[in-house]
Amino acid sequence: MGTSKPAIGLSGVSKSFGAFKANDDVSLSIAQGEIHAVVGENGAGKSTLSNILYGLLRPDAGSIEIEGRPVSFSSPRQAIRAGIGMVHQHFMLVPTLTAAENIILGSEQAGLFAPLPITRLEREIAELSHRHGLGIDPRARVSGLSVGEQQRVEILKLLYRKAKILILDEPTAVLSPPETEKLFATLRSLAAEGRSILLITHKLDEVLGVSDSVSVMRRGRLVGSMPTSFATKEKLARMMVGREVLLRIDNPPQQPGIAVLSVKHLDYAGPDGRKRLQDLTLAVRAGEVYGIAGVEGNGQSELLSLLWGTWDRHARVSGSIELAGRPILGLHPSEIASMGVSMIPEDRLKSAVVKEFGIEENLLFGRHRETGYHRGIGFDREKLRRDAERLTGEYDIRYSGARNPSLASLSGGNQQKLVLAREMERPAMQLLVLAQPTRGVDIGAIELIHRRIVESRKRGTAIILISSELEEIIALSTRIGCLFEGGIRREFSEEEVRSGRLEESGFEKEIGLHIT
Amino acid sequence: MSRKNLQPFIPLFSVLFALGAGSVIIAATGNSPAEVYLRMFRSTFGSGYGFGQVLFRSTTLVLTGLAVALPFKLRLFNVGAEGQLLMGSFAAAICGIALPTDIHPVLGTSSALVAAMAAGSLWALSAGWLKVRYGVNEVISTIMLNFIAQGITGYLLTNLFAVHSTVHTPTMVPGTLLPGLDSLFGLDWHSPANLSTIIAIGMSGASALLLYRTRYGYTMIAAGLNPQAARHAGIDTDARILGTMAMGGALAGLGAGNLVLGYRHWFEAGLTSGAGFMGIAVALLAGAHPLGILLSALLFGWLDYGGLTVNTMVPKELFMIVQAMTILAIISFPAMFRKRLRQ
Repeated sequence: MGTSKPAIGLSGVSKSFGAFKANDDVSLSIAQGEIHAVVGENGAGKSTLSNILYGLLRPDAGSIEIEGRPVSFSSPRQAIRAGIGMVHQHFMLVPTLTAAENIILGSEQAGLFAPLPITRLEREIAELSHRHGLGIDPRARVSGLSVGEQQRVEILKLLYRKAKILILDEPTAVLSPPETEKLFATLRSLAAEGRSILLITHKLDEVLGVSDSVSVMRRGRLVGSMPTSFATKEKLARMMVGREVLLRIDNPPQQPGIAVLSVKHLDYAGPDGRKRLQDLTLAVRAGEVYGIAGVEGNGQSELLSLLWGTWDRHARVSGSIELAGRPILGLHPSEIASMGVSMIPEDRLKSAVVKEFGIEENLLFGRHRETGYHRGIGFDREKLRRDAERLTGEYDIRYSGARNPSLASLSGGNQQKLVLAREMERPAMQLLVLAQPTRGVDIGAIELIHRRIVESRKRGTAIILISSELEEIIALSTRIGCLFEGGIRREFSEEEVRSGRLEESGFEKEIGLHIT
Repeated sequence: MSRKNLQPFIPLFSVLFALGAGSVIIAATGNSPAEVYLRMFRSTFGSGYGFGQVLFRSTTLVLTGLAVALPFKLRLFNVGAEGQLLMGSFAAAICGIALPTDIHPVLGTSSALVAAMAAGSLWALSAGWLKVRYGVNEVISTIMLNFIAQGITGYLLTNLFAVHSTVHTPTMVPGTLLPGLDSLFGLDWHSPANLSTIIAIGMSGASALLLYRTRYGYTMIAAGLNPQAARHAGIDTDARILGTMAMGGALAGLGAGNLVLGYRHWFEAGLTSGAGFMGIAVALLAGAHPLGILLSALLFGWLDYGGLTVNTMVPKELFMIVQAMTILAIISFPAMFRKRLRQ
């Protein structure tokens, strides 16, 4: 195997969008049977690189070799024929079709109007699934499959097309810890059979856990490649960001204050009758971070919508939510916000910002009712401008070009810092609700966001932190509740969390048990 | 030049393209395009009467254009300006015959205008309510409301209000009429242009002020750009939909000031001559910007009346083609430019 030609050889690949160099002279070689991770911050050029390999983009310069033969793809179809397959971050499946139908879609092996030999194909797929231990029923409808299963259907699709090179773009973003483990086992066995795997990710733990070698990208350039055995988390982080990064912020213990939020026996049944929250009870005190660990879809969204008053009023809800002794269940977001509650929602582009607005209008968004910003029939533009100037400095919100650029021109991390700045600066804030505060955010920005969260806690804010990143939960939380099927299944006390932090991987596994 | 730099010029390109295409058609009918356009120009901007006619036609279009543009900011497509204008006109005319003959002009005209705005507003509001309450697509409901408005006004006109053996209502009382520009500024145009032109310009300024300088406008624009985020930020998006539809309908209804109070002095069949529908084109060409609507309404008013003045040389239908092509061009150009630049 070692003597054969590399599965993928890139040399001098460059791609620009206007003046922006997405890929700048990238050279990379991936051996056969190797799992090669490519890490980098958002916008470092990882996706551009994988899209070039998959024939979605044409490079401006440079050459690509597959098993020693130079190739030039102008469409994914050609890349697929050359043995390359890609699992996108967002799956490309038709939910109303079965797994088998999805897998053969695009390579039906039958005339356009000829009947499909579906039973034979299903048998082949079942066999293929069994051989690789993927456990997919070819006749299952995709809409009824879990996210992890859907991903395995995507992988099966590539294997069915006899792909020798697999590209996976952020494959673990949507998976629970056990599903991630299962995916990695599959990848390892595929690699052992001689397939090459290109893993695009930003999670350093995964890189160290599964890959054979790793390449780091920064601002379009490939800044280094090495065998994974030579890599450490700190080293990779430094290469990604270009400076020293504090991966674990200092989080000293503190005496909690009065109870700020008290949620009691909360039940939530959606308009479709499905129970999303069941007897959820939790309390958060001032100066405390209450971390909610859990796999997505276990009631996080519903809890957030109840806390913020945006819940579907057709749902059936019982129980109580009190903020400093006052009931807030049934109030509207404007009323809840005016009581000193700040919220960073799960999906910032959908819920927290207006991307066409400038920085200033977005800093005002949701706080436009505060009379301090009012002047006449409009807003105090001068104060707004001053505040924007101050906050972009304090929260290190970076933008280029003219004053007050549109939010869409900011990177994901800077957008998130803006949302954080706006919410944390809310006057008389007593409760801060954070949902996935660092999703899609660069390491450098994560550091700042984490520091701000701890600072806010020290000032006596009660904080709820909902995150699918266990590492983040463990690093920041005072107490941790494990959310499973709409209820807190296990709560870790302050002492437990503190001692868990000393032995992190074991603690992560223990939490993992309670959320699946 | 990047696409971003070209964007502001797309309306201009569209107009030039459509006028160019119009020239080709004129040439195909055996006439000289230059001669036709020159004559159009002379008979509109060259005479007081012609210019007054253009202003008069543009005035209604400014108001119906705004009636489409404001809801457009909330991503609502108000196709019902025609129906709102009809209801407004009818209400104004009825108000004008119901009031006492010796009513004070300020009181009379303002009550007739308020009646017109209220009628237009209610008509648009019903579409807004259907949308908010039952999720009915506003395009469908406003189209249907256009038919209903036509039916109601037509029925009431012929069966209850029409002066015997005519198709119009009785003349309104003098105290409810708007003065012409001639009497206001001592002009000698003898055109139908009236005080409404100034009202319309004021409304366009007020709309721009509302959208870009008030807190309400800020929440309106936010609700239009990202409704989910707006709700999250505590903005009542349903209330904005209702409010904006009500304002749009009121502006369309105000068109009655121009057509009824300022010109006809009664309601008659075919009074609006499609000005409500033309408002859609006016708003699209202006990119729904209230001040841009002044210019685009002027262009459409000019094509409308200018087309009549050259009717002996080329059929006026030709200018309908030019108007429609402008809109098609403005919708398809951005996509065309995008494609060109990607290659």
